[in-house]
Amino acid sequence: MTMKIPYFPGCTLHEKAKNFDQTARAAAKALGFELAELEGWTCCGAAFPLVDDNLMGLVPSVRILAKASQQGEELVTLCSFCYNVLKRVNKVIREDAEKRDKINMYLDEEFDEPYTGQVEVLHFLEVLRDKITFEELAQRVKRKLSHLKLGPYYGCLLLRPPKEIGLDDPDHPRILHDFLGSLGCQVRNFPFASECCGSYQAVRAPELALECSYRIIKSARQNDIDALVTSCPLCHFNLDAKQQAMAQKYGEFTPLPVFYFTQLLAVALDLEESVWGFDQHQVRPDELIKIPVGEEKQ
Amino acid sequence: MRIEISHEKVNSDFVKKIEEISGENIFACYQCGKCSAGCPLVDEMDLLPNQVMRLVQLGQEKELLGCRTIWLCASCLTCFSRCPKGVDLAKVMEAIRVQLTRSGTDKLDLQEVSNEVLAETPQLGIICSFRKFTG
Repeated sequence: MTMKIPYFPGCTLHEKAKNFDQTARAAAKALGFELAELEGWTCCGAAFPLVDDNLMGLVPSVRILAKASQQGEELVTLCSFCYNVLKRVNKVIREDAEKRDKINMYLDEEFDEPYTGQVEVLHFLEVLRDKITFEELAQRVKRKLSHLKLGPYYGCLLLRPPKEIGLDDPDHPRILHDFLGSLGCQVRNFPFASECCGSYQAVRAPELALECSYRIIKSARQNDIDALVTSCPLCHFNLDAKQQAMAQKYGEFTPLPVFYFTQLLAVALDLEESVWGFDQHQVRPDELIKIPVGEEKQ
Repeated sequence: MRIEISHEKVNSDFVKKIEEISGENIFACYQCGKCSAGCPLVDEMDLLPNQVMRLVQLGQEKELLGCRTIWLCASCLTCFSRCPKGVDLAKVMEAIRVQLTRSGTDKLDLQEVSNEVLAETPQLGIICSFRKFTG
């Protein structure tokens, strides 16, 4: 019986980051479990509300968690934003009785039972680490990737705030490092691994977001990195799609591909190329995946 | 910058509102500066993150509502993660922003965002910007 885990893709993974979603699903299938998309899901709200006096901002996420509680005990997600907001809202529900009661009263016509925080919000990396294990992943690798020098780029929301998210150390994280290591890749540290890419300032202050992202790409190049690896569609956009703008503004620029971590998993498991989704990239990583001539038999 | 330091300003409704909306103890900040040191968007800011905290403590409503800094914050939470007193500065920034966005001042106009930006930006980026910068 295939293990099924309720899965929340979020709006962006159905469109702009389709490759992130489809590589995750395909990899899950190859590893023997299924990402069972949550029925009737709606937007998570993307940003965790930072004000204490208006609970409406929490409602979208509670709605999703309440739906998930009807379908299982866990909810897995891929997008760093979705993961962050769902996990933080879940904590509010679990710990603040007054807010929990108010929101449940608001939602009582939609759900028969109040939601009390019974669902565990997981990131796909946690499923790989804790349920599949990185040791098992290493056994399942079919395609050689040891020629790749990768920079794990964590961004903000996978790690912060550390006490609430608790996935990893906010300043010296390891989970993406360990995942990539299990695939047989060379993993490089670089000082901008958890610096902000500029995030949603790409809309209002794009020059600022460009500067933030450029610093990350520049640091990667300085640390002998062939490509970055991310878990966030907004980071991917700022780092990948904006490289043409970076070249125009900063001159002297060598493009650097940016992968979603699930794409590398799909490649490592030797899944069909049609699934990899490299056509959605601005900076195509296809050449990187090919093993350099002379190293095939090693 | 000239500011007026007075009992009236420090004990003002503005400071109480910021504390209530953010849920943070404004006076826990002792100006160590780690927030400013870690902020990725600090280069373009007119007030440093730690200066924002200090001005809130001193009840300087006009300077805070008129600054650029609060609109440059990307809520990356580096400040909160590093604050030795556990002050969530991002929440304080949001509390100041909503003083304006809740009273009709939007800092992002859909009409002014180009079709190109709307088409190319991942949905979650559009959602976040409108939630942060408009009422």
